[in-house]
Amino acid sequence: MGEIRIQNVWKYFGKAKVPALKDVTLTIQDREFMVLLGPSGCGKTTLLRCIAGLEYPERGRIFIGGRDVTDEPPRKRTIAMVFQSYAVFPHLTVFENIAFGLRMQKRPNEEVKQRVIKAADLMRIGAYLERYPAQLSGGQRQRVAVARGLVMEPQVLLMDEPLSNLDALLRLQARAELKRLLQEVQTTTVYVTHDQIEALSMGDRIAVMENGAIIQADIPSQVYEHPSSHFVGGFIGTPPMNFMRGTISRTNGTAALAVGNQFIHAALPANAPAGQELLMGIRAENIEASLQPVPDAIPGQVLVVEPLGSHLLLTVEVGETPLKVQTRVDFAVQPNQTVYLRLDPKQLRWFDPETGLRYEPEPSPL
Amino acid sequence: MATPQVTGDALASNMLAPPAANRSFARSRERALPFLLLVPSALFLVIFFAVPMVQALILSIHSPDGAWTLQYFERMVRDVNFTDAVRNTFLIILVAIPLQFLFAIVMGLLLQNKLRGSSLFLYFWAIPLAVSDLAAGLVWLAIFGDRGFVNSFLRTTGIAPIAFSWLSYENYGTLLMAVVIAEVWRATAIVMVIVVAGLQLIPPDYMEAAEVFGASRWQRIWHVQLPLIRPSLQVALILRTILAFQVFAVVIALAGRAMPVLASEAYNRYGELNPNGAAAYAFLILTISLITTIVYLIVLRTSEEEMGQ
Repeated sequence: MGEIRIQNVWKYFGKAKVPALKDVTLTIQDREFMVLLGPSGCGKTTLLRCIAGLEYPERGRIFIGGRDVTDEPPRKRTIAMVFQSYAVFPHLTVFENIAFGLRMQKRPNEEVKQRVIKAADLMRIGAYLERYPAQLSGGQRQRVAVARGLVMEPQVLLMDEPLSNLDALLRLQARAELKRLLQEVQTTTVYVTHDQIEALSMGDRIAVMENGAIIQADIPSQVYEHPSSHFVGGFIGTPPMNFMRGTISRTNGTAALAVGNQFIHAALPANAPAGQELLMGIRAENIEASLQPVPDAIPGQVLVVEPLGSHLLLTVEVGETPLKVQTRVDFAVQPNQTVYLRLDPKQLRWFDPETGLRYEPEPSPL
Repeated sequence: MATPQVTGDALASNMLAPPAANRSFARSRERALPFLLLVPSALFLVIFFAVPMVQALILSIHSPDGAWTLQYFERMVRDVNFTDAVRNTFLIILVAIPLQFLFAIVMGLLLQNKLRGSSLFLYFWAIPLAVSDLAAGLVWLAIFGDRGFVNSFLRTTGIAPIAFSWLSYENYGTLLMAVVIAEVWRATAIVMVIVVAGLQLIPPDYMEAAEVFGASRWQRIWHVQLPLIRPSLQVALILRTILAFQVFAVVIALAGRAMPVLASEAYNRYGELNPNGAAAYAFLILTISLITTIVYLIVLRTSEEEMGQ
């Protein structure tokens, strides 16, 4: 079926041999919706193009449906692709655009007609079949591009930022619709985006990429709640995860994280030795702010108050680190006021400040 | 609508004027700018093309004694060379232009689809662009002349010991062939440049989409590249055909008077101190060119929907 296996793929660009993909290994299950997420230049589109056959990796193998397609041209790979620019042919009508792949396969006219109409109806562009792309809106062109892919009934559907050229309102609508559609057709889908909201809301799994490597591939909630690195936590979420750098101190049997001259008493990772430098991560919604001092809370000064409709977003300075804190909309606070922050001990994440990776303490010597 | 006058006073008062007036002044100036930029080329066209064209028209229907007349056209049509000139001109166009386009498209596609060493070929193939008509004719005269390269090659290799007159009036077929070859050699390059420019305008996404959706190299050329360069081909075709109706120097160099064409007849009339007769020919060439252009525009028109994106 439509399983994709990517094994130790390397790809270099240019004479300087700049690696665009570094030893990427990833298995995408049959019928899975996998999102490749990362900032621009992280290699996500290159990886997609390698799966498509528009780029060939220098090292490694790519399997689609159990078949080694590494050296095969795109047209032998039973894939379909939606391009960021849509690449809808301007000289063909909507009908002929959708029919393009079937025409190349020289399918009988009757079959082409049936399948094109079915795909067009699915994408709700059945009324525009005789129009030229120039007569369509951006959203309609995007649907033509998707219909052109779906009509092929491909093993794998590849999408390269298909929503990034739509305006914000349309994008929201198209996102939900695309998700519904892909659940309906159940095609293995690889979806490239730099928009983490899109990734969280659509993907069965998210593969986060940085500098040509996949640094975490997991279900959205896991990527959000348990980022594998400083980078992932800082990239995903609005606002991104808060980070504080400190040193473990153990005095008189109580452990704390020393940040500057402040001690944060929190659930520290067990076995972390005293003197260990750590990066603590916590999300805005896992910090509880109150106006009165409460036990285990750390004081901070409010810098900015941003009402966001459903909640308030505070920027609170603790020591010299600004933290984003989410509070109820009726939390009465003014800038420059002192608030007391309680960090949910279960939601603290720990990272190695040097590598940025999740901190795994050495097992304690017994 | 009055054109805004840019004087010191106007500028000063505009600076003091309320913003609305200022805006409308800026807007009308903005509107005038494109026309101002067109003035130099328009002047050039009027002085060197429109005026001589009208003069030629008058010359062709106005005799020196001051009477309006069609006698120059009558004489032109009854001239012994007239049918030959028309036939030769059309024959050269009918054979040379399809060949030019065929070669230009093939060369353009080879360059664009990046076959090995293709950028070198672009420069190589563009050389004829820099050679003047007459020089091109002379180059091919050196090849096809009685003592030219072809004949000396045939003699030294012993294939044909007796020189063959490729360019003689008696060998009309080879004479036409030589003229067509020279024309193709000379003018394919400009078509190729237009084709390459057109191909380069095609966003690479279209070719990749075609590839992903199963198009082979040939199918990509046929279903994507060729349809998308149609506007470029149309421009090249109009340009080439109009210029081909004026084919002259190459023919004169290779055939002398052995192959009359429309432009050479005009030239000969002028040489015979008959400017009115020359003007009649010139006017005929103009009329044919105009009609062909209009026919092309109607037949090859690409709808705006198809071109837009």
